[in-house]
Amino acid sequence: MSFNRRLFLELAVGSSAALAAPLVMGKAKPRVVVIGGGAGGATAARYIAKDSKGAIDVTLVEPSRMYYSCFFSNLVLGGVRTMNSIAHSYGKLASAYGINVVHDWAVGIDRDTKTVTLASGHKLSYDRLILSPGIDFVDGAVAGWDVTKQNKMPHAYKAGSQTELLKAQIEAMPKGGVFAMVAPPNPYRCPPGPYERVSMVAHLLKQKNPTAKIIVADPKANFSKEALFREAWSKHYPRMVEWIGPDFGGGKVAVDVDAMTISLDGQATKVDVCNVIPAMKAGRICELAGVNEGNWAPVSGHTMQSRKDKNVYVLGDATNQGDMPKSGFSANSQAKVAAMSVRAELTGSRMFPAKFSNTCWSMVATDDGIKVGASYEATDEKIKSVGGFISKTGESAELRKATFNESLGWYDGIVADIFG
Amino acid sequence: MRWLSFLLFMGLMTSGAKANEFGDAKLGAKVYEQCVACHQIGKGATDTVGPALNGVFGRQVGSVKGYAYSDGLVRLGKNGMTWTFDALDAYIANPRALVSQTRMGFAGLADEKARANLLAYLRQFSASPANIPEAPPTGTAHTPKLSPEILALKGDRAFGEYLASECVTCHQATGKSTGGVPPIVGWPAKQFVLAMHAYKQKLRPNPVMQMMASRLADEEIAALAAYFAAP
Repeated sequence: MSFNRRLFLELAVGSSAALAAPLVMGKAKPRVVVIGGGAGGATAARYIAKDSKGAIDVTLVEPSRMYYSCFFSNLVLGGVRTMNSIAHSYGKLASAYGINVVHDWAVGIDRDTKTVTLASGHKLSYDRLILSPGIDFVDGAVAGWDVTKQNKMPHAYKAGSQTELLKAQIEAMPKGGVFAMVAPPNPYRCPPGPYERVSMVAHLLKQKNPTAKIIVADPKANFSKEALFREAWSKHYPRMVEWIGPDFGGGKVAVDVDAMTISLDGQATKVDVCNVIPAMKAGRICELAGVNEGNWAPVSGHTMQSRKDKNVYVLGDATNQGDMPKSGFSANSQAKVAAMSVRAELTGSRMFPAKFSNTCWSMVATDDGIKVGASYEATDEKIKSVGGFISKTGESAELRKATFNESLGWYDGIVADIFG
Repeated sequence: MRWLSFLLFMGLMTSGAKANEFGDAKLGAKVYEQCVACHQIGKGATDTVGPALNGVFGRQVGSVKGYAYSDGLVRLGKNGMTWTFDALDAYIANPRALVSQTRMGFAGLADEKARANLLAYLRQFSASPANIPEAPPTGTAHTPKLSPEILALKGDRAFGEYLASECVTCHQATGKSTGGVPPIVGWPAKQFVLAMHAYKQKLRPNPVMQMMASRLADEEIAALAAYFAAP
C-alpha cells in the first residue's frame, strides 16, 4: 500500500486542530473555580468535569471535609434518620471526576485579576468563577442573639454539629418542657424547613416527652404549605404546637441566652430549648466579591451569570433570581444550567434553553409526607414559574406514604447527582 | 371439612411472610394498577418495560423470548427455577431480596392480603397451574393515544442528555433505584414516550411527573427517550 498523501494531510490537519482548540483560549486549559461544595457548587463542579471530559480544569473550594445535607437534617432531629445517613464525602469528586478539591476558606476575590485568595494564603486563578456559598445570618436580626450564642440557642440551619447540638438539647428537655422556635422572615433557605422541623420535633417529643410544648414565633402572616402543616399538627400532635404570628408579637422577638427566655412584644417566657433561625443573606463571599445587591446576588436566569460580572456565576440560596425557592433542589437544578453555560463559553459545547425545577418534600409524621413543586423557565428579567402543584389536605394515608417513599428515593437520587 | 382443615393446617405451617393463596381477584385487579406502568397482561399483551405476564405461573424464570432480562433472573431460570405461587409471592414481597440485581423497579408489597389478591388476579391469565381462560386486556389503562408522527419522532440524543440532567435529580443516572422513585435507565424508547405522554395527558397520577411532562414538547420527550434508552 503506497503512502496516501491525502490521508496524511487529513490526519495532520485533524491533529493540529485538536491541539489548537484549547490554545484558542490562550492557555493550556481553561480553569473554573467553584466556591462552596453544597447542592449547587458540587453539582456544578461535577457536571463541568464530567461533561468536559478533562478539557476544563475544575477546582472546588470547600472548608468542610464532610458535607451534612440540610435536607433531611430535620429527620435527624425527629430520630428518623442518623447523622451518618446525611453525611457525604468529597472523595468521589476527586477520584472519579478529577476535581481538585481544596479544603480551605475563600477569603478574597479580585475580579479584575480573576484570582481567589484562600485563608491559607494561596491564590487560585480562574477563567470562570462559580459562587455557591449558601447563606449567612443578618447581624442583629434577632435581639439578644448572634452567632457567638449559637451554642446556647442553636440555629441548626447549617447542618452538622448544630443539628446534633439541637437534638441533644431537645432530648434533654425536662418533662413537660417548652421548645421555642424563632422562625425567619422571607426570603430564607428552605421555605417549609422550619415547619417540617416543628413536625419532627413534635414527632420526637410525642414519644419521649408527650406533655412538652412547642411554641413558634413567626414574623410571617402565613408560611409554606401552611394548611398541610396545620392539618398534620392537629392530627398527629394535638395541642402540642402553638404558632404565634405577627399579630400576636411573633415578629417582635428578643431572646436572652443566659435567662433562657424569649420575649414577644416585651413579654418574657422561660423556655428549655430555643431554636433561633435568624434572617438570612447570601454567604459572605458574595459580599467580598462585590456581586450583591442588598443581601443577595442578582443573576441572569438564562445562565446563572452574575448581573455584575459575566465571568462570575452564582448559584442557589445566595442568589436573587426570581421565583425559585431557596432549596437544595433549586441549587442543584441551577447548577446544571450554569455548568452548561460555562462549558459552552470555554469549550464551545452546545447551549440549550435553561429549564429549572424544584420539589420540596416534607415529612410531617411516620409515613406521612407532603410535597410542593414547580417548574421554571428563564426570561430576561428573572426565572419565572411556569406551573406547579401542592399536596392536598385530607389525602389518604396510602398516598401520603407513597409521597414519603418518593422523598426517600429523591434523597438518594440528588445525593448521587451532587457527589457522584 | 377435612380439606378445609388441611388448608388451615398448611396455612399455619407456612404462615409468616407468605400470602394466603386464596385472594380476591377483583381486589387484585386494583392492586395490579401499581404494575401497569411496566407490565401488560391479558389478550394482546406484549413485552414493554417488563415482560408480559400472561402464563407467568409455572413459567421458567427469565424465559420470555426476546425480552432482555437482568443476568440475575436469567441465571435463576437456568438453574431450574420456575414461577410458582411461592416464588412469585416472595418476589413481589421484596424483589431485590429474591433477585438482588433485578431491574424491576418495584419496592415490594409488604401487605400479605394485597399480594394474595394480586396473585389471584394474575393467576387468571395463566393456564398453569389453574386452567382459566384469558380475560380482556387491562395493561393499557394508562396508555395515551398518540399520532404516528409523534411516535415516529427521532430524538436528539445530545439534547436528551441535557434534558436528562433534570430527571437524574430523582431517578439515578446509574439505573439504581431506592425508595419510591423507579429506575428509568434502559427503558425502550417507545415505552418511555408513551409513559411521558401519559403524564402529560394526566393519565398517570403522580403530580411531580405531570408537572415535569407538562412543559416538555414532543421533540423533547423524544430526545429524552433516545437518551435514556442507551445513556
